Amino acid sequence: MIDFAKPDIEYGLLWPLLLIFAIACLGVVVEAFLPRGRRLLAQLALSLVGCVAALVGVVMVGLDLSDHGAARGSIVAEGALAVDGPTVFVWGLLLVITVCGLLLFAERRLEGGVSAFAGQAAALPGTDAERVASSKGLDHTEVYPLMMFAVAGMMIFAAANDLLTLFVGLEVLSLPLYLLSGLARRRRLLSQEAALKYFLLGAFSSGFVIYGIALVYGYAGVMDFAGINDAIANETGSRTMLLIGMGMISVGLLFKVGAVPFQSWTPDVYQGAPTQVTAFMAAATKIAAFAAMMRLFYVAFGSERWTWEPMLWVIAVLSMVIGAVMAVAQSDIKRMLAYSSITHTGFLITGLVGIHSADGLADGQITATQSVLFYLVTYGFMTVGAFAVVTLVRDAGGEATHLSRWTGLGKESPVVAGVFALFLLGFAGIPLTAGFAGKWAVFASAMSAGAWPVVVIAVLTSAMAAFFYIRVIVLMYFYEPVGDGPSVTLPSFLTATAIGIGALATVVLGVVPGPLLDLAAHAGEFIR
Amino acid sequence: MSSPIPLLSSLAAETHVPVVSPGTADGVFSLAWLVIVLPLAGAAILLLGGRRTNAWGHLLGTATVAGSFVLGLLMFFSMLGREVGERQVGQHLFTWIEAGGFTVGMDLLVDPLSILFVLLITGVGSLIHLYSIGYMAHDERRRRFFGYLNLFIAAMLMLVLAADYLGIFLGWEGVGLASYLLIGFWQHKPSAAAAAKKAFVMNRIGDIGMSLAIMLMFVTFGTTAFAGVSAAASGGSENTMNAIGLLLLLGACGKSAQVPLQAWLLDAMEGPTPVSALIHAATMVTAGVYLVTRSNFIFENAPVAQTAVVAVAVVTLLWGAIIGCAKDDIKKVLAGSTMSQIGYMMLGAGLGVAGYAFAIFHLLTHGFFKANMFLGAGSVMHATDDDVDMRHYGALARAVPITFLTFAMGYLAIIGFPGFSGFWSKDKIIETAFADNVWIGVAATIGAGVTAFYMTRLMLMTFFTKERWEPGVHPHESPKVMTIPLMVLAALSLLGGLLLAGNWITDWLTPVVGEAHHEHPPIPAWALTLIIVVVVAAGVAVAWFTIGRTEVPREAPTDVSVFTRAARADLYGDAINEGLVINPGRHAVTGLMAFDTSVIDAAVEGQASGVSGLAMVYRKVQNGFVRSYALSILVGAALVVAVMLVVNAG
Repeated sequence: MIDFAKPDIEYGLLWPLLLIFAIACLGVVVEAFLPRGRRLLAQLALSLVGCVAALVGVVMVGLDLSDHGAARGSIVAEGALAVDGPTVFVWGLLLVITVCGLLLFAERRLEGGVSAFAGQAAALPGTDAERVASSKGLDHTEVYPLMMFAVAGMMIFAAANDLLTLFVGLEVLSLPLYLLSGLARRRRLLSQEAALKYFLLGAFSSGFVIYGIALVYGYAGVMDFAGINDAIANETGSRTMLLIGMGMISVGLLFKVGAVPFQSWTPDVYQGAPTQVTAFMAAATKIAAFAAMMRLFYVAFGSERWTWEPMLWVIAVLSMVIGAVMAVAQSDIKRMLAYSSITHTGFLITGLVGIHSADGLADGQITATQSVLFYLVTYGFMTVGAFAVVTLVRDAGGEATHLSRWTGLGKESPVVAGVFALFLLGFAGIPLTAGFAGKWAVFASAMSAGAWPVVVIAVLTSAMAAFFYIRVIVLMYFYEPVGDGPSVTLPSFLTATAIGIGALATVVLGVVPGPLLDLAAHAGEFIR
Repeated sequence: MSSPIPLLSSLAAETHVPVVSPGTADGVFSLAWLVIVLPLAGAAILLLGGRRTNAWGHLLGTATVAGSFVLGLLMFFSMLGREVGERQVGQHLFTWIEAGGFTVGMDLLVDPLSILFVLLITGVGSLIHLYSIGYMAHDERRRRFFGYLNLFIAAMLMLVLAADYLGIFLGWEGVGLASYLLIGFWQHKPSAAAAAKKAFVMNRIGDIGMSLAIMLMFVTFGTTAFAGVSAAASGGSENTMNAIGLLLLLGACGKSAQVPLQAWLLDAMEGPTPVSALIHAATMVTAGVYLVTRSNFIFENAPVAQTAVVAVAVVTLLWGAIIGCAKDDIKKVLAGSTMSQIGYMMLGAGLGVAGYAFAIFHLLTHGFFKANMFLGAGSVMHATDDDVDMRHYGALARAVPITFLTFAMGYLAIIGFPGFSGFWSKDKIIETAFADNVWIGVAATIGAGVTAFYMTRLMLMTFFTKERWEPGVHPHESPKVMTIPLMVLAALSLLGGLLLAGNWITDWLTPVVGEAHHEHPPIPAWALTLIIVVVVAAGVAVAWFTIGRTEVPREAPTDVSVFTRAARADLYGDAINEGLVINPGRHAVTGLMAFDTSVIDAAVEGQASGVSGLAMVYRKVQNGFVRSYALSILVGAALVVAVMLVVNAG
């Protein structure tokens, strides 16, 4: 006879997460019962209000965290989730990025009164059904609940404190993203192909994760991170099993962040997905996955550091070098940004191999957690902003993403070209932009852990990367437009706000990065 | 409020490297920030103001730089009136980065070294702005040009006034960007765009060294401020200090066009001539010398790095001089000579405490006479419809008398004619080199002889010999707005040596670089000077007999020796770069591209072929694609597990 004890849930700490889940479920109900005409406003209002309320909740939870050794916060939901400093930091960041993403999703002026998503996703491309859907100006709003589910999954992923919750979070965040990638209104085949690829490869990598979880469980006999760490410290079983298990779980996480050699899906999916989705996905997925990765490596495998560290060195170097080299050769702006995001994954991993505990560091040095969290903020805002700008440059066929179509943009629209140049300079890490402060933080963190070979290569690749960012700036400003040139469609205040937030963050975090660095330091360590 | 400069407590150390510990800014020094902000505001107004500012943009640009110069002068005189120990002044603007115990303030440091640079940058900068009003009068993008010039001045001032290596880095990147914009200013010329790109890439390589050096400083000392680093430098291990020094040297090589990162400077002459004068002669290219001198507390503790500085300097000073001998493009001759003269400055800086002051002295005099000659070359080009080939000049002395006379002052200064500014400054560096090592001294003396040769060649081919003008060219003197700056610079080229009167410059810089104890060269100083003058006279004579006495052909002869051919090809600098860096890089990219089967790209470009065709393409390739992607993931997973197992086994 099994006793069933009622689990103890700390609603006071978890309510922002649960709220997002509730909003997602409510969104499904709205989609089912509200007349078509009223859905858009209802969905948008629901998601926006929900996100802002959850953001307020996160701040309140964050202000109220209890001290717990070197860390702050507590382990909740019977050990399944950890609400600590880094969790709260990442939750807050995710929600802000989500608000920006929502603003982009709601944009309707660019496509002439409809959103960027397929009018009727079920209609096959090239059929009568599709023609009817587009001539009637249909506009489906399922993207909002899908996005909310994805965000909820990301929040779980970032807070997961045992292997099963980690896997659940991974799947909950992934499935809606696969769908969202396939919903483009234009170039639907490209979009659907991207979605299918993303799904197949995502499923494939999830297989690795679950197999790895099985092996690690077989080794440790427990699922929770702290328990695994104890098991490793006591050397309980076959080390080979542990190592293979660790490797396989890493594969799944590295796939999600698009690290080389698991990056192959990134350019295709970033290019094929609706640009609004790419903007949200590129920023938010990476944020959640890096939070999960740090917790896994620092908490569960913390005493096994010397086995995973060389692996991450190799992955970091590969990601930076291959991302930068490939980006140089791209002729499509979205593909170029995709490869650039692979390079940034490399920089983030460079920060991740730093020392995560303040005990091991001299005064004035920064911890790996602090540097990665800071970099995620800078990267997140710049990415959302840059992809949002891509949605504005259009021709008759929709977005003009081929680089040749961006020639002479500086003459056509100095403001748009100027903002995009700002984001590119930020990506390149030019001083006084957020990118510089971020790069400086992760390099400093890796240096203090003795990873100087990685830092040397990182500095080399950032020099190389600067080349292709600057190339786009030169293209926009120094060349005459080809033919009739690209045209910039004026967005509504929604997209403009999202771009504005991104640009502001890029400048402010570059000029005064101090307060945010402090906040990231204040987040403290991961709780055990 | 200011404190005297404490000397390093460990008096056992051989060198007494002063520690940077500035007093608080008061009086006119509290306006130090305005020196940078004035040109910066000028740049912002000109670049963002659009066409409305076309009418008066160039005047505003010139006025802001002149304003900074006046402020610089005020600070200079105020500093002259202070006690020696109170001449270091710091100003804290705001805190840039603060994380735990690590802070980077946006701090400025005004001391005897940086104030000289402020005066050089804003003084020569004002003259060049003035000159550009005339030179760019017919360019429809003149306002933008002045905007970029102002941006450059602001970044350069940031570089020399920063009190923190991260602040230097900020200015460092800024001048790189401005120089890129200015070299490529005539964007309609493909050669200008290519030259701009080359300068950018080679400078980035230097920047890598700079950023790694800063990283290493941060890890070693926990700070990147001059004050902190200079206080802790003597305690650092020699290996670390050597590494920092070598990395800084790499950065300096990039900016100052020293071998092996020299190739960009000759191509950079594609920019408008005032740019060459301002950036590639007087100011930006001297940033490397500034960096080495400013980092004296590092180099004094890093003997290997210091030796490397000397080696780089000697190679460059000969390399640049040899290139200068074979070029027919007047600006490229001057560019080669710039490279060579910066080699002399680097040599001075590499010789340590004894040489720093002379390096800065030569930097100042060079700033005068080289800017003078570059602007003179611009005036000659102005007269000959923008022809730069000296084989198309000849007998211009009568046609452009003012340009000729002012240029002659610069010429006499650079070859080291007794009494002219270059004579004093170069002589001192060679003397110090002899005191250090005879062979370095010999190399520097030979360099002086070669300099005399190619500069005399330039003078003869341009202003004397027979007319070889292109048909339809009627040389005429430039307007006043261009000749007045030339006259001022000519006067400075003549009189710049006064800075050495009574050892003023060495005494002035002592609080920054430390007290030099005099080593005596193996032979008396007067004999050495005599030898140098004889070598220089020999160089002039050789040029006179080979060029002045013979007919100069209008086309460059092709049946020349292998040495001339090598010098014409910049001593194969490009070929070396291409073989070692560019080609391997290109192959790597091509190889990697093979993995990125760009079917999607092809499909996107061929959109016109219709949706159904597209669909067919995708359906055909889809399976293969995902399968190969999945395979790469599988291989990656194997790699990850293998690395972990190998590490564990090992």
